[in-house]
Amino acid sequence: MSARNRELMALIPASLLLTAGFAAIFIQRNELLSNVSLTYGGMFLGLCFVAHLVIRFTLPYADPYLFPLVAVLACFGLVVIYRIDEDLARVQAQWFVIGLIAFALTIFLLRDFRLLERYRYTIAFAGLLLLLLPRVPGIGEQVNGAYLGVRIGPISFQPSELGKIAIVIFLAAYLQDTRRVLVQGSRRILGVTIPPLKHLGPLLVVWGAAMFMLVFIRDLGSSLMYFGAFLALLYVATNRLSFVVIGLLMFAAGAWFFSSTVGHVQDRIDVWLNPFAPGLYDQPGGSYQIANGMFAMADGGLFGRGLGAAVLRVPDGGPLIPAPETDMIFAVIVNDLGLLGGAGVIATYLLIAERGFKIATLATDSFSKLLATGLTAVMALQVFVIVGGVTRVIPLTGVTLPFVSYGGSSIVANFILLALLLLISNRARRPA
Amino acid sequence: MNVPIYRLFMVFLLLFAVLIGFTSRWAVFGEQQLRENPKNARVRIEEQRIKRGVIRAANGDVLAGSTRLSGDRYGRRYPTGRLFALPIGFDNVRFGRQGLEAYYNDALVGRKEELTSLVDSLITEPQIGDDLQTTLVPRAQELAYDLLQGHKGAVVALGVRDGSVKVMAGTPSFDPDKPQEAESTFNRATQGLYPPGSTFKTVTATAAIDSGRYQPESRVNGRNGKVISGTPLNNFQQQSYGDITLTEALTNSVNTVWADVGVKLGRERMQEYMDRFGFGEKPPMDYPDTQMFSSGPRDTERNEILPMRSDRVDVGRTAIGQGLLLVTPLQMATVAQTIGNGGVRMEPRLVQRVIDPDGRTVDEPMPEQAERVMSRDSAEKVATMMRSVVREGSGTAAALEGVTVAGKTGTAEINIEQGINDLWFIGFTEDVAVAVIIERERGQGGTVAAPIAKQVLQALGQ
Repeated sequence: MSARNRELMALIPASLLLTAGFAAIFIQRNELLSNVSLTYGGMFLGLCFVAHLVIRFTLPYADPYLFPLVAVLACFGLVVIYRIDEDLARVQAQWFVIGLIAFALTIFLLRDFRLLERYRYTIAFAGLLLLLLPRVPGIGEQVNGAYLGVRIGPISFQPSELGKIAIVIFLAAYLQDTRRVLVQGSRRILGVTIPPLKHLGPLLVVWGAAMFMLVFIRDLGSSLMYFGAFLALLYVATNRLSFVVIGLLMFAAGAWFFSSTVGHVQDRIDVWLNPFAPGLYDQPGGSYQIANGMFAMADGGLFGRGLGAAVLRVPDGGPLIPAPETDMIFAVIVNDLGLLGGAGVIATYLLIAERGFKIATLATDSFSKLLATGLTAVMALQVFVIVGGVTRVIPLTGVTLPFVSYGGSSIVANFILLALLLLISNRARRPA
Repeated sequence: MNVPIYRLFMVFLLLFAVLIGFTSRWAVFGEQQLRENPKNARVRIEEQRIKRGVIRAANGDVLAGSTRLSGDRYGRRYPTGRLFALPIGFDNVRFGRQGLEAYYNDALVGRKEELTSLVDSLITEPQIGDDLQTTLVPRAQELAYDLLQGHKGAVVALGVRDGSVKVMAGTPSFDPDKPQEAESTFNRATQGLYPPGSTFKTVTATAAIDSGRYQPESRVNGRNGKVISGTPLNNFQQQSYGDITLTEALTNSVNTVWADVGVKLGRERMQEYMDRFGFGEKPPMDYPDTQMFSSGPRDTERNEILPMRSDRVDVGRTAIGQGLLLVTPLQMATVAQTIGNGGVRMEPRLVQRVIDPDGRTVDEPMPEQAERVMSRDSAEKVATMMRSVVREGSGTAAALEGVTVAGKTGTAEINIEQGINDLWFIGFTEDVAVAVIIERERGQGGTVAAPIAKQVLQALGQ
């Protein structure tokens, strides 16, 4: 069976999952099980089929598993959002279509993605601009103490979602140039490889940028995500573990310094460590959200309450968990589908990461390798940051769960990321 | 470059394994603990399907009732609002429970013994909880609450012989129907910590008489400016008394006498009698422990009670209710109740009867003796001394016609320059003991707190 036919076949389970998911919710709500769930399943299959055709005609050699895996996540996300709020699910479905258009446009416009290498500084500048946009007075929006959103009139979006792709492109391009110099110019002092001072500068700039984000975007999670992607790329580019260790130590030192001196970072850490402390629990932006995420997961147990069966609202109308469709969607998934459902979602991301790194190993030039590694790493880190935040591995940060959380910018940016991965894959697997 | 990519994937494998590990930590291993966390509203949402029992006053007035919301859910309503909010507390899906609603939750939702029966019964049929009949007297509670308006303070009234709580009022109060809007649900009667001032001299007097070291007629010297623990101590308005009896020293609240008595009795003996009165531990009342504080010399920074033998405790100044001593109004009402009850301290009790939906009495707690603090004889002597306070001393404003009132005033200086004091009166008749505190105002206990005590005693039929 050819790669494309395998991809097409793999889309069928995704559509079945969507159909079954909607059917489960209708049954849970004691409504008549109409053919609506079938309609949704059919429409979704149609959309995926169109995307499949785009890939078939433009990227015939691309990895066959990546798109179906993403489709499974996206359809699962739609079901969960529908279960939280029907209106939001309709909006999300529209964003899904727009995301697919962005996906197709990226493939058409960037047939030769190595063009990106040439515009690295423009892209880096654009990326930084996107990251700083939420701090611009008048349009910046503070959510949960972090500056991640931008609102212009009725439209609100999260520029950092696109920003992460720009930053990864820049880092891949920059590191493929300097990787040799970084390694060859190094000296070994006491068994530790120290990069040449001249090239340490740009690395310090990246570290500074991460610290800057920590303080100005007020977000340990995003900062961790970008800096983690940078360290992953640095490691793959130079194969020097010592660079990573030095980087981690610097990040830890910086994070420790700022968390003990900057109040709002300290608050976030307090909330993370003591979610049940009386003062923290009740104060606005306190630990109510994280504590109730834990209660929701405990309520789910091993098998969950059943899709659509968990209590999400206080009977008089208020939400039991704030932001169930975005930040806390993982808690809702575990509440409904239990540890098994949650582990299934994480396993799906792990499979996507596996495909992403596979593409990186197959790629023949170092820019492609680094770009595929960076894109995969930044997405996997985003999953770690948000799921880790909800499960209290690290302090909670308001980033989305890629392809699952409600949010237009996230869907569009992640489809662009997917398109880039498939472009690299197509080039790498093309028969000579 | 492929080897580092493989290794990187291994790192992510590890990170994702950590995520699954933490998810199972909350969803499976720590599940029970999280379910039982009082902040977890899920159990309360389930319990909304139970028609929660009614809480009534002593005369049958409804203080908390259940109304059907929609479908099979019930909500809590408090017809008396702020008036009974402090003792009754609230039951709210989102904000949890306080007061009697928290302490008697198992009875109010009809839960017998084990938790599983609750879950079972939810599945089988609609459930109705047990009703509570409290000992609170609405007429007196209302009067006390009205008298406290415009002040910050509290009033506690206890049945002398059975320890039943007849009045527990405090200001400011809150609206139990909207706990989310409450600035604070602080119960001054059980959580307010105040220097007791001269009301504490009743405890010192008990120790003095019951230990046999003093008699009411013992001659003592009331000179102003006696040196206590190295510092001269003044009487009220710097008045100097010569040789007087111990009774006169209480009637006129002579600081130098009682501080001297405290020093002579010693730390051990003071500790012994304070312990018997229940200082140093939470009151044995049917009310949540988290909403009650213990009384005694307190290290406010470390939030703990200091023993009398501690170097930091000045025994002389403690004996006149100063120094580090901080007490709750409930504790001081218990002191009055004990002396009025012939020296036997009773456990304060808010609920007198638990009644099941069929009208059968499930539980009728008998009055519980907490401890005999002093002999009947000593109690009578101290009571006589306290009667003279109301008859001819600082507490005349609490005197009632036809009923003998015993009492002691207290004026604890908070800010000497501005004349701001905590104003106290504690006292008892044959049936009712009372404690009144007015927080941080000008005046004396005898002029501000005693008249309130008098009216509350009257409203309780004294």
